[in-house]
Amino acid sequence: MIGLEQYILVSSLLFAIGFFGILLRRNTLVMYMCLELMLNAANLGLIAFARYHGGMGGNLFVFFTITVAAAEVAVGLAIIVALFRKRQTVKVEELNALKN
Amino acid sequence: MTDIFFYIFSIVALAGAFGVVISRNTVNGAMCLIVTFLSMSALFVLLEAYFLAVIQVLVYAGAVMVLFLFIIMLLDVEESAARKTSVYTWAASVIAFGILIVGVVAIYSADSIRTKAESLPEASGASLKAFGYELFTTYLLPMQLTGFLLLIAMIGVIALSKKAKVDS
Repeated sequence: MIGLEQYILVSSLLFAIGFFGILLRRNTLVMYMCLELMLNAANLGLIAFARYHGGMGGNLFVFFTITVAAAEVAVGLAIIVALFRKRQTVKVEELNALKN
Repeated sequence: MTDIFFYIFSIVALAGAFGVVISRNTVNGAMCLIVTFLSMSALFVLLEAYFLAVIQVLVYAGAVMVLFLFIIMLLDVEESAARKTSVYTWAASVIAFGILIVGVVAIYSADSIRTKAESLPEASGASLKAFGYELFTTYLLPMQLTGFLLLIAMIGVIALSKKAKVDS
């Protein structure tokens, strides 16, 4: 019998891996994908809590999160494309215009 | 039986997530992310949130990842062999990851979140009718705001890509 704690473990491990990826990788697109992974891990946690609590609230929250994440992806990728057109790079190390 | 499925899909999801972080090629990373999203939608099915599982496949594994792959192809990013990740970055990320894992395991091994086998309530996320009813009664304002947010995002994307075109 799979309990709530197993789902929470998987969800938080996915969150931790996404966090690891954001710290480790220097490519903006990969960092953005890791961000999506973290959002999704939170969604899994919410659905697990909603299932074991017995209410609809968590599921509806996940519905809104997915919608907002889709909007966020569209805007974020447009920003990355605009940045690439201006600077010809997607590496965060080379995006240091505000340094010094 | 569902236990086996839970273990299979969790392991696939975690392996795909590691694939995103580890793979040097961005396209391979995106493919690994699709695998992760699909197995997470299977986990949603196991949690009896069928509607959200379908939404997950359609929106995330479909629309969002197609957008990602499209941008990866469009930008034509060169292989990341140009610069190696520095030792400091590796050390900092591994230490932060380790601390987070310690916290996760501490929460997992705590007694307070143990669920009793007989305490599982009736699944409420399965009914699409209940979902729609809640969405248009209790959560009507968030629903409207989300629609407005999508409009704003659309206008924002158009504005962003237009400005970049004028510059170049």
